[in-house]
Amino acid sequence: MKTLLRMLGSWFLSKLSRLGRMFLFLMNAFYFIFVPPFKFNIFLRQLRFLGSKSMVVILLTGSFAGMVLAIQLFYTLRKFGSEALLGPAIALSLIRELGPVLSALMVTGRAGSSLTAEIGIMRITEQIDALTAMALNPMRYLIVPNIVAGIIAFPLLAFIFDLIGIYGGYLVGVDLLGINPGTYFSQMTNFVDMEDIRMGLYKSASFGVIVSWVSCYKGFNAGYGAEGVSKATTEAVVMSSVLILIWDYFINSVMV
Amino acid sequence: MGLFYQLGYGVEIMIKIIGLEKTFDGIEVLRGLNLTISEKEVIAVIGRSGEGKSVLLKHLLGLIKPDRGSILIEGEDITRAGSREMDKIREKFGVVFQGGALFDSLTVYGNVAFPVREKTKLAKEEVRERVIRALEIVGLRGMGNKYPAEISGGMQKRVALARALITEPSIVLFDEPTTGLDPIILNSIHRLIKRTHKEYGFTGLIISHEIPEIFDVADRVAMLHNGVIVEIGTSEEIRNSSNPAVRQFITGSMEGPIEVLS
Repeated sequence: MKTLLRMLGSWFLSKLSRLGRMFLFLMNAFYFIFVPPFKFNIFLRQLRFLGSKSMVVILLTGSFAGMVLAIQLFYTLRKFGSEALLGPAIALSLIRELGPVLSALMVTGRAGSSLTAEIGIMRITEQIDALTAMALNPMRYLIVPNIVAGIIAFPLLAFIFDLIGIYGGYLVGVDLLGINPGTYFSQMTNFVDMEDIRMGLYKSASFGVIVSWVSCYKGFNAGYGAEGVSKATTEAVVMSSVLILIWDYFINSVMV
Repeated sequence: MGLFYQLGYGVEIMIKIIGLEKTFDGIEVLRGLNLTISEKEVIAVIGRSGEGKSVLLKHLLGLIKPDRGSILIEGEDITRAGSREMDKIREKFGVVFQGGALFDSLTVYGNVAFPVREKTKLAKEEVRERVIRALEIVGLRGMGNKYPAEISGGMQKRVALARALITEPSIVLFDEPTTGLDPIILNSIHRLIKRTHKEYGFTGLIISHEIPEIFDVADRVAMLHNGVIVEIGTSEEIRNSSNPAVRQFITGSMEGPIEVLS
């Protein structure tokens, strides 16, 4: 019994100290966001990598998410005789919830994983040590640009996801299921507030921090060899996805 | 030259390591290591793989903090230095890492230019001149547009050397600069180290297990065994050493104090 408790205790302590290290890593990154010199070129490159190169995935998943939503909501709403509310129902679920969450999950799979792999390979091939040895802070060169790019790219991607999703919903709702196009959009403007859009913005910006933070941290602390990098990549994707959903719940329960 | 260094006449001490101890997960890697390196001297640290040679090098760069002991670089104790002071000290260093550690997203030119671009405010033209000169010295003129993945292992080491030298550091650390290279390239890299040493006049520390080639490059050779320097001397002295561990290592014998996996 005593050994069991001891084992449990040391397991808990090691998890706790790992969490602490992760948190310090983030604080360190935030510090260097505000302390010059800034690596603007690297930031732009990472913005392109996280943002514009994720467009195809976002367009595809966004349109289909909107189309599925239209079908599902149409049949649910019809039971209450309120098909006219299909537009706002789609828009609200996309803007407040599905846009930020789904786009963040998609970018995690596409860009977060390769970010971890890239930084992990830099770690095991001593490129990060080389930076430090040149008295150049690897935080500034590798981590900060990604976190800032995440904060900017994620909301933009989420908005594109929302937009294309609403249009996908329009295609199904209006062209297939026969809802009046005027109703679809006019009801939307009645029900969607600036508050909803702001909520989506905050959410996706915070997801941007989570994904770039976890991906960078895991890569930065990758173990030895190819196995270390592959393990770090898997952990980064799993941890980012889980954290996105947990954090989403917290944000919802606080902000609604 | 060796005698001067041993007696310490007329030479400044560049690096002084005193009683360095480091334990990883309960395994003692360094057990009170002492080593003194004079200015402009090239010293080679030899020893079996896994003896902690690279650990020693990472201590010098401040990438690892020791459990006990101190490292003085030009009299300044780096084990007590904060991160800002450490960065100041690191500016004296050039490092050639084991695998080259070239940035694979940058071209050869970009790699060599990187430290100058980031650390100095030189004009584009001046940077260009410096890079071209450094590439010329390591025999890689005209290779600037290639990426590290497109050139051979030997060339990568040369690029790494050029990158390490471009800021004209006073200390250059080499972490197994010739491991995995064929004998001809190996000799050419060694010759290059000697030539650049003459040209730039740095203090050099070479981690190596190239026996006997390393004897021609280094002013002095130090043998790391069981976490301490068991013997240090000129190449001739090490060659004729009576220390059983040194004898076993340089002859590559299976019998002796160094444990061999059967």
